[in-house]
Amino acid sequence: MNNLIDLEKKINSELGTKINTSEIKHNQIYLEIDSEDLIDVVLFVKTNKDTKFRQLIDITVVDYPERSKRFKIVYLFLSHEFNQRMILSYDISENEVIASLTPIFPSANWMEREVFDMYGVSFKDHPDLRRILTDYGFEGHPLRKDFPLTGHTEVRYSEDQKKVINEPVKLEQNYRNFDYESPWEGTKYIKELTDSNDKKN
Amino acid sequence: MTKKIKNLNLNFGPQHPAAHGVLRLILELDGEVVEKADPHIGLLHRGTEKLIENKTYMQAVPYFDRLDYVAPMNQEHAFALAVEKILDIDVPIRAQLIRVMFCEIGRILSHILNVTTQALDVGALTPSLWGFEERETLMTFYERASGSRLHANYFRAGGVHQDLPAGLETDIAKFCETFPKIINDLENLLTDNRIFKQRNVDIGVVTKEDALDYSFSGVMIRGSGVPWDLRKSQPYDCYNQLEFKIPVGKNGDCYDRYLCRIEEMKESVKIIKQCLSKMEKGPIKTFDGKITPPSKKDIKQSMEALIHHFKLFTEGYRVPEDEIYTAVEAPKGEFGVYLISDGSSKPYKCKIRAPGFSHLQSMDYLIKGHMLADVPAVLGSLDIVFGEVDR
Repeated sequence: MNNLIDLEKKINSELGTKINTSEIKHNQIYLEIDSEDLIDVVLFVKTNKDTKFRQLIDITVVDYPERSKRFKIVYLFLSHEFNQRMILSYDISENEVIASLTPIFPSANWMEREVFDMYGVSFKDHPDLRRILTDYGFEGHPLRKDFPLTGHTEVRYSEDQKKVINEPVKLEQNYRNFDYESPWEGTKYIKELTDSNDKKN
Repeated sequence: MTKKIKNLNLNFGPQHPAAHGVLRLILELDGEVVEKADPHIGLLHRGTEKLIENKTYMQAVPYFDRLDYVAPMNQEHAFALAVEKILDIDVPIRAQLIRVMFCEIGRILSHILNVTTQALDVGALTPSLWGFEERETLMTFYERASGSRLHANYFRAGGVHQDLPAGLETDIAKFCETFPKIINDLENLLTDNRIFKQRNVDIGVVTKEDALDYSFSGVMIRGSGVPWDLRKSQPYDCYNQLEFKIPVGKNGDCYDRYLCRIEEMKESVKIIKQCLSKMEKGPIKTFDGKITPPSKKDIKQSMEALIHHFKLFTEGYRVPEDEIYTAVEAPKGEFGVYLISDGSSKPYKCKIRAPGFSHLQSMDYLIKGHMLADVPAVLGSLDIVFGEVDR
């Protein structure tokens, strides 16, 4: 459907309870579902004649380490026919294994490998779940928020051993993360203070 | 007597002139026929997304130049648009025209490189020599506008960094007059060339259905006959005020993709000409002083301006909490930025959707059953640049 509001209504009425929340923002539909409904929802939006989200644009994850359901898995879809974009997401906890989209979209293969590599999220029934972007034998998942920006190991050529070796990172100076947020309007505690003062007055 | 025949595993790259960068391709060969291709990527992985999470919005821009480094400004455009949409700011028309013009220059840069190196991969040397001369001219335009030939760091949320220097517009106009002749020369060398056609026609055929399933975009999907271009279907900046055509292929083979790229270059020249004719004097970035740094003159005279300048270059501007996916039609296909802001001056998450990633993924599907000699031809027509595949 060419109209976003109609499309949202259609998805909500057809999928009913499977959609937790839906929202239209920036000319795109944002849907939140449960992880077990993924395959049903994706099959529906791909094949239904009124939605036709025939292309999977990307899969990614957002890491919120402070939440109990730590990872938010995000799927981006595009419908060429109706010129619409949809963002589908659900939350999972750290060790949950989720369904793979490779049987429905062959292009999900590398995208899921990247998610696995970068965040350590595992996929059920993925044909070839290997690391993709990081080095052979790499440990850790770099895009997690608790992975340090400098990494754990560094690589150099050892003149003694005549080969490339991995060593723990040694920094001449510690990585410094300056907090530039203006105290007079930005930093949290001041803001909370002024907000509560406003309420009192 | 029976003879045992074993398939041969061949390691193509990571240092191979036809691998277009650092691709390691493990090919399983039965004689000279490729049975299976397994691309190993990530040799140029620099952790761009992680770095962007630790930088302010303004500091993130240069990382986008280093993705697809043959058309840097197109990537910056996607990021600038994403931030602008969240901040909900308008871009002055002159800035829009400058950005579109440089994006089209980027498209020509990328297509020249691709067309000529593809020809080089299948045995033609001259096109690259001619093409690179034009690329050099275009990169001097980049340099004159932004200060550097490749890593421009020129687009900002709300406009561009600085105005065009005097005389650049006339020089670009001159280039638009002479360049179509160069495209014709390239076409004379390649389009009807017997060897070029033998190497490209009916090689690496992609059907419409598969192009959709494998998340193809850009020339890869248009070559297969899907008329899809984000500049037309989801126009951004001032593309809806410009007139241009979208070339679409028929057979979905390497040759059609080559033809699409040649035609697209011609259309890009038309777009640049239109931009130049529409361009009038005016502001080149938004007036919002909380996003745009103050002018040098103001800093010398106003305390407020000095404070703003300092804050913008240390803390940076803050972006309200939001989630957005924005895509542009980069020369190689749909380049997108999925941005999550948390109200601070650094992005919480910035996922980069690179077209080359999905294209390269289909290598196994494309090359299965072809001869070993077709590998460079198919790889060339995929238009792979490792900066964006590995990120």
